[in-house]
Amino acid sequence: MQLTDFEKAMLDGVNGRAKAAAMDLLVRYGEAVGAERLVETNNVAGAFNASTPSVKRIVDKGFDAVYSELNLDSDEIVEIPHMAVNTWQLITGIDNDNWALQGADESLVQMQRDSEAYLGERGVNMCATCTPYQVGNVPIKGEHCAWMESSAVIYCNSVLGARTNVEGKESTGAAALTGRIPYWGYHLPENRFGTHLIEVDIAVDDMMDWGLLGYFVGEQVEENKPVLNNIAHHPNMVKLKHFGAAAASSGGVELYHIPGITTEANTLAEAFGPHKAVKTIHYGHKEREAMYMKLQSATDRKVDFIMLGCPHNSIEQMALIAELLRGKRIHPDTALWVHTPRAIKQVAERNGYLRAIEAAGAVVMSDTCPAISRRLPKGVRVIATDSAKQAHYLPAIANVQGWFGSVTDCVRAAISGQWQGRV
Amino acid sequence: MSDQSVNPQPTRTIVIKGRTVVKGKVSGEALVTRETISGWGGINEREGTVIERRHELVGQSFAGKILLFPGAKGSSGWSAFFHMTRLNGVSPAAMLFTRMTTKMALGAVVTRVPAMTDFERDPFEHIQTGDWVEVDADAGEIRITKGEKPA
Repeated sequence: MQLTDFEKAMLDGVNGRAKAAAMDLLVRYGEAVGAERLVETNNVAGAFNASTPSVKRIVDKGFDAVYSELNLDSDEIVEIPHMAVNTWQLITGIDNDNWALQGADESLVQMQRDSEAYLGERGVNMCATCTPYQVGNVPIKGEHCAWMESSAVIYCNSVLGARTNVEGKESTGAAALTGRIPYWGYHLPENRFGTHLIEVDIAVDDMMDWGLLGYFVGEQVEENKPVLNNIAHHPNMVKLKHFGAAAASSGGVELYHIPGITTEANTLAEAFGPHKAVKTIHYGHKEREAMYMKLQSATDRKVDFIMLGCPHNSIEQMALIAELLRGKRIHPDTALWVHTPRAIKQVAERNGYLRAIEAAGAVVMSDTCPAISRRLPKGVRVIATDSAKQAHYLPAIANVQGWFGSVTDCVRAAISGQWQGRV
Repeated sequence: MSDQSVNPQPTRTIVIKGRTVVKGKVSGEALVTRETISGWGGINEREGTVIERRHELVGQSFAGKILLFPGAKGSSGWSAFFHMTRLNGVSPAAMLFTRMTTKMALGAVVTRVPAMTDFERDPFEHIQTGDWVEVDADAGEIRITKGEKPA
């Protein structure tokens, strides 16, 4: 791989051991993937926080050891300087306020707080959400980013037209200290054209339907680049957030185009550029039904736990849940956790949404989610969620049965304690 | 070399060349799947097993195996989870894959096991679970002995 003189100097340790370790990882990674060079980035979103029991034994050696091992893949413990470029913490393991409900012990909460203080001093912005684009990190078209979090990456590439591959904990750790990431994949304009044409033969409108479409598209195209045609209803941020999260869960989709709607293509011709669609795939009633059934992994209708807010909820989603719960009580045997970024939780509180949700006996969680934290209320056997992504992952992670449905189905189940969604 | 006179089925070794992703040499038993694997949410990083509900390898251990699979899918936690399998001593012995992605490349790098891709012949045509595979990523080739570990 070709390095600039500045990059070679960093690799040689001129700017300290941490940047040398970071460059070493970037070179190993860049050569593995087959990149010819690195590209500058000033927008890194990664996972830096120490918040899980498994990290504890590394924390005992200090937070420099955590960063060295887990964010740089370095055997040597290097002293971590201030981040070189704008850097954001994505979702983390513990809600700093609701940790007791999560079943986290106090020493772990203290560990996360100490970790945040360490990272904060070094310039890691603690947005603590899987949706940085909802709380102030909105890259512009063409901006080179180094982001983790598959649902954020697909949003960043497709809706915003910025450029990132799905990065990992180690590559974002190295990018934050060097402002560099391999120039490969979605950083190159020629790799950003569509490959598969998805003819959407039915009207897709509400959030659940966008989730089902995303789950179908991911399964069909795997890590290819779908182009959606014949979209009847103009989507919004919430719907594309769900669509992308689902497509990145059932497959490895990192970029899609919806001509006239997403940033980089006004027409089908622009979406495919010099290429032709390698395949045309139809999405109709039959396919929608198959996806709906596929996302159900439960048989028992008695529901113990409802998870809303994956990816983290927007303010309008919080408003809708507050409205559905106003004046109601959730079932005494059922827990309802609603997840939203901390910054949005503050707005929800100001609006009275938080009060309405909490008055019904539900909990508003920030900073984390059950799949990331692996923390659910005790004794949960059956869950329900409005997220195709969570329905895909949580049953395997937590060894529970899962129902998938609309937000209304989920709130209704929280109130009655029974899944009444269509089976 | 094995003594052919006591082995009625002469062992046949197939050699396939490919591109080195992570250098190193190791031999072991193959574990083969034609399905991509999720890291975060798809494996248990403490036990080295596949946990994805609908995966054909669900419940099976990849620890110490020569893992042949198409590549990585799912969450960006892929590298971090395979990184943890190394720290926990339950990583695969080698990774052979056919579809390059950033998740796959970074995951192989931080798992620090020999890894190869871009094979001159389709490895799925020649390697089955249980075959004995020598991965020589330093030389850019894999040697497959059908059946089991040669004597």
